[in-house]
Amino acid sequence: MPKVVLKLGDNVSTDDIYPGRFMATVLPSETPQYAFADHASFNGLLNQRAIPPGSVVVAGNNFGCGSSREQAASCLKGHDLTVVARSFSRIFMQNAINLGLRIVVASIDASEGDELEWLDGRLHNVTRNKTHSLHSLPKARQSIIDAGGLVAYTRQKLLEKLSKQKNRSVRSGVTEESRL
Amino acid sequence: MAMTIAEKILARAAGLPSVAVGDVVEANVDLAMSHENAALVINQFVEVYRDTGVEPRVWDPSRIAIVLDHRVPAESSKTATNQKKIREFVHKQAIGKFHDIRGDVGGICHQVLPECGYVRPGYLVVGTDSHTTTHGALGALAFGIGATEMASVWTLGTLLNVEVPPTIKVVVHGEFPPGVYPKDLILHLIGLLSAEGANFKVIEFHGVTVRNMSTSGRLVLCNMAVEAGATAGIVPADKETIRYLIGHAGVSSHDIEVITPDPDAYYVQTIDIDVSKLPPQIACPHSVDNVIPIFSMEGRRVDQVVVGSCTNGRLEDLEVVARLVRGHKVARNVRLLVFPASWRIYRDALSKGYIGTIVEAGGVVMNPGCGCCLGVHQGALGNGEVALSTTNRNFKGRMGNPEAEVYLCSPAVAAASALTGVITDPRTGG
Repeated sequence: MPKVVLKLGDNVSTDDIYPGRFMATVLPSETPQYAFADHASFNGLLNQRAIPPGSVVVAGNNFGCGSSREQAASCLKGHDLTVVARSFSRIFMQNAINLGLRIVVASIDASEGDELEWLDGRLHNVTRNKTHSLHSLPKARQSIIDAGGLVAYTRQKLLEKLSKQKNRSVRSGVTEESRL
Repeated sequence: MAMTIAEKILARAAGLPSVAVGDVVEANVDLAMSHENAALVINQFVEVYRDTGVEPRVWDPSRIAIVLDHRVPAESSKTATNQKKIREFVHKQAIGKFHDIRGDVGGICHQVLPECGYVRPGYLVVGTDSHTTTHGALGALAFGIGATEMASVWTLGTLLNVEVPPTIKVVVHGEFPPGVYPKDLILHLIGLLSAEGANFKVIEFHGVTVRNMSTSGRLVLCNMAVEAGATAGIVPADKETIRYLIGHAGVSSHDIEVITPDPDAYYVQTIDIDVSKLPPQIACPHSVDNVIPIFSMEGRRVDQVVVGSCTNGRLEDLEVVARLVRGHKVARNVRLLVFPASWRIYRDALSKGYIGTIVEAGGVVMNPGCGCCLGVHQGALGNGEVALSTTNRNFKGRMGNPEAEVYLCSPAVAAASALTGVITDPRTGG
């Protein structure tokens, strides 16, 4: 059963999640080591692999405010964390969806160590025996989630575009031939 | 249907007669900007093309701008290698709007784009930087996106699945009292709205105060709109915008199309502000919306004063600083660091004597770039130190040290305080 491993307040900034001094590190395979780098003990646990995949970070309003740095989403994705927050900043939310980091919009009552259970459309806090409803993510982004992220979704769109171009050139070729 | 500026721009970009709040559209991008994080965009762009059998090609190299500004000159071998990778990509893809680390064309992306005339009213501009909102000062719809989203734009030329955001109308009247500036206005507004008060919304700036404001001032307003969570900030283009674009940015009048909101457009909220009695404002640690009038903070010790960034590193800002420090000395135990926003500004400030005046007073004028704003190099803070800065963020750890504090203010407050060593009201002096 997943546990709450970190409880934070409102306006957790991208500087908090992924400090600017590590921004020269860009690859999703390398960013996880700096997740919450200034929360030394939590960062230590993450890097010792003491936090099981699927563990939950709980926060208040406006999680991920500040910079557009995608490292803030990729570093959490690398540790397979889920973020449950009352609200998210726009860019962080889009980055999370684009990269397939699991984010959940919900106002939940939980402390570090609480055990959670995912139900259909709801989240059950087993420790406190409380159930919370979840808010849906922006509908505009659903097709990106369904495609498994923006890289795959864009690739799909690119292939559609290329095949349309190919069909067009085939068709125009036929017309030219018939004119001859 | 009546539309706001954001709605008009998105409608045109999507090839539709009109759009309404909540509509989901695919929008053609006019300008796509990145800085050093282009290194990550390149990585994701190559990923998109993986196994397609097609050679990666950006959709339109003339619509991509890349400006190296965040860590210039490179502070580490890692950054230098990323910058090298970007140069190679720029060459291979024939990207023309590339601004390397150079004294002729270099600078901070949010200054270089306006001054080179890359941004026009009505454009849809996206950038892999949250302060891309800055370009709304020229009547464009401009906002930040992540690196993967940019890789998608580089591939397709469009922004997929954009939800049309609602707009907040901010109407500003009154004349700024001496010593009070657009920076004080935007800090005050962020304090009113809170750090998330404009989340997923656009802010349109109206009113006589904005009409009378220079483009430099408007760039400050739109730059910091994102600190209230706004998707974008927009000042409707007008005579001043045209004056700036033709006179400063070399744009031909034929290439300027002014888009204004319809008089009966729908606004989700309207906020009226009178600046005639506004005192200088300070944003206290560790949140940009923790804004108070200067009186409550006067006398607070400062160790480092920073003037610059995409918010306040423009010629008007350096002029204010030079005027206040002329003939005085920066206080002992204070480091005054000045980062002009572009090399063009640096050269102008040099010829007007501002640079000499600031250096004479004990200030250190650094090379144009983001400098210490994001905590990578060129002015990290020691444990327990206090910075007073004209930049746009004061989050914990922002200037490279979570054990330090950052206060935000106007260039006038920064200069007055650099002389006294404590937070000082520029209207009364030390």
